[in-house]
Amino acid sequence: MAMIRLERRADPSNFWRYGAPLVAVLATIIAGGIMFALLGKNPVEAIRTIFWTPFTGRNAAYYLSQLPIKAAPLVLIATGLALGFRAGIWNIGAEGQYVIGALSGAAVALALYPMEGRWLFIICIAASLAGGMLWAMIPAVLKVRLGVSEILVSLMLVYVAENILASLAVGAMKNPEGYGFPGSRNLSQYPAVANLDIWSGTGIHWGVIAALLSVLAGQILLSRHILGFQIQVAGLAPRAARFAGVAPGRLVMVCMAASGALAGAAGWFELAGPSGIVSVDFNVGYGFTAIIVAFLGRLHPVGILLAGVLLAVTYVGGDVARSSLGLPAGSIQSFQGMLLFFLLALDVLTAYRIRIGRKARA
Amino acid sequence: MGGIDPILLLASLMVASTPILLAALGELVVERAGVLNLGVEGMMITGAVCGFAATVLTGSPWLGFVAAALAGGVMALIFGVLTQYLLSNQVATGLALTLFGLGLSALIGQSYAGITIDRPPSLNLPLLRDIPWLGPIVFRHDVILYLSLAMVVAIWWFLTRSRGGLILRAVGENHDAAHALGYPVIAIRMAAITFGGAMAGTGGAYISIMRLRQWTEGMTSGAGWIALAIVVFASWRSGRVLLGAYLFGGVTVLQLNLQGAGFRIPAVLLSASPYLITIIVLVLMSLSRNARNATPGNLGATFHASN
Repeated sequence: MAMIRLERRADPSNFWRYGAPLVAVLATIIAGGIMFALLGKNPVEAIRTIFWTPFTGRNAAYYLSQLPIKAAPLVLIATGLALGFRAGIWNIGAEGQYVIGALSGAAVALALYPMEGRWLFIICIAASLAGGMLWAMIPAVLKVRLGVSEILVSLMLVYVAENILASLAVGAMKNPEGYGFPGSRNLSQYPAVANLDIWSGTGIHWGVIAALLSVLAGQILLSRHILGFQIQVAGLAPRAARFAGVAPGRLVMVCMAASGALAGAAGWFELAGPSGIVSVDFNVGYGFTAIIVAFLGRLHPVGILLAGVLLAVTYVGGDVARSSLGLPAGSIQSFQGMLLFFLLALDVLTAYRIRIGRKARA
Repeated sequence: MGGIDPILLLASLMVASTPILLAALGELVVERAGVLNLGVEGMMITGAVCGFAATVLTGSPWLGFVAAALAGGVMALIFGVLTQYLLSNQVATGLALTLFGLGLSALIGQSYAGITIDRPPSLNLPLLRDIPWLGPIVFRHDVILYLSLAMVVAIWWFLTRSRGGLILRAVGENHDAAHALGYPVIAIRMAAITFGGAMAGTGGAYISIMRLRQWTEGMTSGAGWIALAIVVFASWRSGRVLLGAYLFGGVTVLQLNLQGAGFRIPAVLLSASPYLITIIVLVLMSLSRNARNATPGNLGATFHASN
């Protein structure tokens, strides 16, 4: 009987390692079209609205400026997550660290309002780095000390963080001059801490610069630094890593701290700029989408940069589709999830080749 | 506790626990087979929306539950094909399933938002329902709730007393040994994964059809993740899954009641309490050596028979 089976390659295929993301994107567009058709929407129109119209239509300049705004948090968070993912450390609560980082920065900014001085912006960034890092240290310490699953703890802390956000937005951080409306002062209108476009209208704010720096730093870390080497060994061969003197506990702490800090900073850059206000619906899932970005970018800083831009396109396109086609806000997530499915499915071709035919007898 | 009726509280505890119980029981079987499916939340929310939609379309909540189980099973099959046949990483694939489910449910549910359905009838077991105290707490519920309790016993029996359960556990403890003995590792795992998906879907639909009787985006709000934590809490035993699920149902109901009764506890602490308590329970469980030894040996490991 003819059958399909997988045969392990002697060496991983470089063609599929870098080709898989491209094929996955194509497959997602096709499958997404089918999904829209099944739900009674015109598939061609939906796909065009998401991927094409925003960047060629009348408002192209505006939508293009949205790309760096959406890509920056994704790239910042994903670069940090990729370090841990490489070492088999699963911080999936970046969304919570993003929220707590933003709130930490906001706490400093609102406490010092209306003090002047651009150095305040630096203080707020530091606060957000510390806040996100500390929030990530909870699962890290529990993992290292007690062996508790970092997956479940970091994820549970997302819901805790969202509850804290909701409570602060209508409570302690509420704008005293806001006529009773929920939400804080608009931090993007507080010059000392505002994270505005560096070149007006381009969407390039300080978070974008930070994202590019994190890509650079991640690249250097992984290719030139002993820690980067340890991370790679720990992921590929945990036993060998231990013999080579890698302390697994320390690696967990470092990877969680780095990803938490970067997610925290991403939260602050978003809050002080594009979003402006501490509100109940401040977080839009960048922390979860960043997981997809990390995988799509092959856990590689430069790849993450490219993947971040691509996922930013889906966010911008999703916004357009929501207003012009009436798609619900969450629908773009189905696209993103599908993308990850296809990528994971195609990844098998990196390590295995498909053999069709009779089972060979050894 | 002024303002809180203990009978009502206990009865609603059972209702609030049922979605988590169903999902956790399904995941228990999956994990006993050595597979870690982190997509429970995604399968639950897909079940919730499909079940609700089917109820609205057909007028029958029971067809709704069937649709939900099917939807959860189909979602689980995606996970199964990817992890078992295409050897993808189980953690990443489970996450993808959750993200996909959250998005897909939003798309499907768009035209069902704002609709409310009637509460499906309870069984109201005759005679038993009139027992003082116990009657209103235990014997006035719907058939799905009793089904979830029956599943606790059925799964306990299957895993510990039946030949099939023994094989399933063997596959979960050491897939290479099970394979060498001639058991179809992948087929058994696919069956377990599909069953887990159907249970998660049913659990999700219990939220949309029975508890809230409406659809809202993201309405499972982490129940799937709590179900995953309960399996760990339960040391992979079905009786303990019941205990864990009812404990969390209790916390949920109590915090809602305390908020409603205007107790002077900060609302943020109450709303976050199910999640905080999940973390605390995970920490406590990690301190017990028995629990750590109970983890199925090959949990989350990829199986590929090389010859």
